[in-house]
Amino acid sequence: MSGPVEFLTTAANWAGNDGIGARLATHLWVSVLAVGAAAVVALPTGIAIGHTRRGRDLAVAVTNLSRAVPSLAVLAFVVAAGWGIGFVPTWIAMFALALPPLFVGAVTGVSEVDPAVVDAAVGMGMSASQVVRSVEIPLALPLVVSGLRVAVGQVIATATLGAFVGYNTLGRFITVGRANGNDGMLYGGVVVIVALAVAADSALQRWAKTLRSRR
Amino acid sequence: MIAAIAAQSGPVEPLIRWRWVGHHLDDLRERALEHLWLTVAALLIGVAIASLLASVMRRWRWTAGPLTAATTILYTIPSIALFAALLPLLGVGYAVPIIALSTYSLVVLTPFLLAAFDDLDPSTLEAATAMGMTPVQRWRRVDLPLAMPTIVAGLRVTTVTIVGLVTVGGLFGLGGFGDFIDDGLSRDFSTPIVLGVVGSVVIALVADLMWVVLGRAVAPWQRDRDRRSP
Repeated sequence: MSGPVEFLTTAANWAGNDGIGARLATHLWVSVLAVGAAAVVALPTGIAIGHTRRGRDLAVAVTNLSRAVPSLAVLAFVVAAGWGIGFVPTWIAMFALALPPLFVGAVTGVSEVDPAVVDAAVGMGMSASQVVRSVEIPLALPLVVSGLRVAVGQVIATATLGAFVGYNTLGRFITVGRANGNDGMLYGGVVVIVALAVAADSALQRWAKTLRSRR
Repeated sequence: MIAAIAAQSGPVEPLIRWRWVGHHLDDLRERALEHLWLTVAALLIGVAIASLLASVMRRWRWTAGPLTAATTILYTIPSIALFAALLPLLGVGYAVPIIALSTYSLVVLTPFLLAAFDDLDPSTLEAATAMGMTPVQRWRRVDLPLAMPTIVAGLRVTTVTIVGLVTVGGLFGLGGFGDFIDDGLSRDFSTPIVLGVVGSVVIALVADLMWVVLGRAVAPWQRDRDRRSP
């Protein structure tokens, strides 16, 4: 049995279509596309609902309930329904995973802005859109970013599942390593995924910290 | 066990074949029970260890930093990675899912337990002591009830997480509804996939709603406060 250290330090394992480099890129690609699309949908709606506070409690309750649906269930359903294999089910499942934390972060962030601050802004003659853009969004940013942090962390960890539906994310080293009894590859893959998750989380944490200190 | 799923050709396979389901009702019951008991077992072990950890962190404050850091790192380990890493060490059986699932449940739950008791209003607690309550009485009749909403919120998140992770374990043949999904994916046969998907979603949603109802029951004042907020 060759160990994970040997697997990770062999240059040949990093190159080529089946290499760590290519799969790392695939893993990041689907994660970025899913979180990006989820942000495009969740942030504007979250900010709008947080601003008007109309239907806020219901929206947050429904969103939190949707978190109960396991990602693997979404992934498997897309495959069973015949919508595609590989990228499509992985992207859809990761999009669904990223949506709730981003949405709840935006709604809570905006709706918990101190009403006195909003009143003062209106009193200064700001229009509704000015209030949203230059008061509510900046003040909501820390919570929005912590929502983003949760979304990114979960998506990077879970994109691993894509390997089970024929998408070559980093999870592939786990499935192939297991199928071939190659423990070095299996543990090597685990190490790369954990390293990626930790790196992304600490980068976002640092960003969140600078945002908070700027207030 | 892992097969690339080929694009379907020929006559279109229906999403679900009811005859197959009819022939696998025993299997269905067995997987459902397995999914439930794995979840409950992991939750109980997680609650026990998390309570212990949270008590240690509150008793000796200096341990809070390192212990929180350790659980955070554990949480970033993807579930598949943990399952895959434990399997060669422990072999197929219930040891792997129980250890992995308990680990996640304690990781998710500990911060909630810590926050539940840390966020109590000190003046309320002092008032209880001033009324002559012993520490045990105070804990049972003041601290615990007031901490309950946060504890239940934590249990809710933890339960839902565990139900989903049991499904993931099924990809490694570790039991529960995930076994159906694994079977369906490897044979390109949608009926067991749908069965596994619906089963795990139903368990997750029912568990989630159960905690919502229970949360209202243990903290009726919470609902009144919700209603008053804008």
